[in-house]
Amino acid sequence: MSKLGDTVVQKHGAGGPAMRALIESVFVAGLGPAGAGLAAMDDGAVIPVGDRFLVLTTDSYVIKPLFFPGGDIGRLAICGTINDLAMMGATLPLGLTCAVIIEAGFAIAELERIRDSMRAACAEAGATIVTGDTKVMGKGELDGIVINTAGVAFASRVVRDSGLRCGDRIIVTGSVGDHGFAVMAARHKLQLQGALASDVAPLNGLVRAALAAGGDCISAMKDPTRGGLASALHEMAGKGQVGIVLDEACVPVRPEVRAASELLGIDPLHVANEGKAVIGVRAEAADRVLQALRAHALGRDAAIIGTCVAERPGSVILDTGFGRRLLAEPEGELLPRIC
Amino acid sequence: MTADPGGVAELKFRDPGRARELTMALARLAESRERAPVTLMHVCGTHEQAIARFGLRSSLPPGLRVIMGPGCPVCVTDFGEVDEGVALALQGVRIATYGDMVKLPGSSKSLADAQTEGARVEVVYSATQAVELARATEEPVVFFASGFETTAVTTAAILLAGPPANFSVLSAHKYVPPAMEAVAGLPDTRVDGFLAAGHAAVITGYGLFEDFARRHRTPVVVAGFEPLDILAGLVKLLEMIRDREYGVANGYPRCVTRAGNLRAQESLWKVFEAADGPWRGIGVIPDGNLQLRKEWAALDARRRFRIDVSGLQQTERSELSRRCLCGKIMVGLVEPTQCPLFGRECVPDSPVGACMVSSEGTCKIWYQYGGRPDLGGTP
Repeated sequence: MSKLGDTVVQKHGAGGPAMRALIESVFVAGLGPAGAGLAAMDDGAVIPVGDRFLVLTTDSYVIKPLFFPGGDIGRLAICGTINDLAMMGATLPLGLTCAVIIEAGFAIAELERIRDSMRAACAEAGATIVTGDTKVMGKGELDGIVINTAGVAFASRVVRDSGLRCGDRIIVTGSVGDHGFAVMAARHKLQLQGALASDVAPLNGLVRAALAAGGDCISAMKDPTRGGLASALHEMAGKGQVGIVLDEACVPVRPEVRAASELLGIDPLHVANEGKAVIGVRAEAADRVLQALRAHALGRDAAIIGTCVAERPGSVILDTGFGRRLLAEPEGELLPRIC
Repeated sequence: MTADPGGVAELKFRDPGRARELTMALARLAESRERAPVTLMHVCGTHEQAIARFGLRSSLPPGLRVIMGPGCPVCVTDFGEVDEGVALALQGVRIATYGDMVKLPGSSKSLADAQTEGARVEVVYSATQAVELARATEEPVVFFASGFETTAVTTAAILLAGPPANFSVLSAHKYVPPAMEAVAGLPDTRVDGFLAAGHAAVITGYGLFEDFARRHRTPVVVAGFEPLDILAGLVKLLEMIRDREYGVANGYPRCVTRAGNLRAQESLWKVFEAADGPWRGIGVIPDGNLQLRKEWAALDARRRFRIDVSGLQQTERSELSRRCLCGKIMVGLVEPTQCPLFGRECVPDSPVGACMVSSEGTCKIWYQYGGRPDLGGTP
């Protein structure tokens, strides 16, 4: 499974094992040096400054369609970077950068729409874009627009995605699958009933509330983006060397997402979220953190969905209510079954 | 379903509390047997999907084994049939077929391989869509049709409706009841009861299995596809085995009748007749293939085209495909995890055997749902 092949293919970007293999064998191995942060393959780099830590992260954004129910590429580009910082425990962004590559022929009105939603997302997150860069490429040389953002923020205590221990509880901050299904329905023009909408939102305020309530009892955090909750839990279980028993009935899934998933044959646990966090908490603080999350507008549907165990380290065991099985990690692009 | 999106129907058939009652009943019934273990076979990819998706096997008592038989129409499509489709495609004929058929290996090539060599192979989601494709062009379009009797009815319907003259059918349709006969008669397989597929029985009726159950002294229960349907079907099978009741029970009365859908049956047999034919990995099944009747020769691709498969056949199978256990998996002799290739050399992206190709194949389903559906002892 780790063989790369001769060319980069779509699944190398899908957030699953193939993508980790590409990053590990091409970039981490070739770019070192050890300790610089790359090897941890976490959401961002950690640079010690005095008794604090500067967290630095960067991400590029491509999405089809550019505008989808609940958001657009601009909102995504701000929230994604804010959330990567927040997942490391850095919730007060010092500044963001924004680099935009645009295809000739792109409508100015659409560009302004994207800018407006970036501004709105910055306001929600309490962040500002402090520098940027713009390039234009010829028609057909890229598809519409690519946005890269980077962010820096201080953290007094860094939270890793590798800190889970046996007995820890797993919390998800709200319903899963909203973003993935909204984008899929828009991309494939599926006529689905109900108000499917992306959850894309900046989570730094919500995470701040969780950290204030949980303190050192927060053991790990990760945002379940590409690959969904399944990929995030696999990565956390693997890095923490614990098994995670996931109680499927406790995972919040909105009825319209549930309906779409049954119809399309795609598991809501496998699709992307852009406004949710998975938080590992020591058992004694779980209820306290849950209450703090639920008191926040973005965390009303937060729920304890699982427990870390010593058995089957690196695996996610799904309790369906009817039985148990291992949860598979999604590989490649998820295609809706149309029939 | 439309009147009740995710409401009462879901509660009724996905109630974990009732599932626990049923698994307790299964445990009691399995324990009271003097001869263990008991092996029950289902013959449907959709049943396997539900069993794997909900992790049902981990809730079964140790003395009860539930295995999947030849329940995946794509998986049992023979090498020779794929070769015919590939040969036609390479001859330049436009092929319309269901998505799962494209990656299915033939003797030396799949339709996907033919595609990369320039052949035109189009994926359709229904028989009607294949006809629409033919209507939009002058050139010949061959619908490479696969599926059990349920799907064959839709192929029959489009032929009865009068497709355009450039349309024809290459039938790889299969008929399940004779395959159940074959599996029940295999010396190495000891199946104590069959769980029959509810959707097929909607068409054939459950009466079809009565003679089978009597002759093989093996009870048959027709079951639906929700977890409670399946568990209730298993309970009923164990009760019938205990009571030596070798008949048929209808566990899906909300959809299935004894006679079935007579109009669909009439269409099916007006167009198709049962013929002996090879099933991949299993061997020749008497009356197991559905071929077009002589009256439909004009729409039968096998009579209309000269299909030359000689260039595709290989005398030597590759080392990898010789290690593939699909044949044994399809008759329930071994489980996917017992195959040395499963999840290693053989994955959905690059399947070795047919069972890893189709979404109804046992291996693909197990892989998709974590590869180990029997986590009984895990806390």
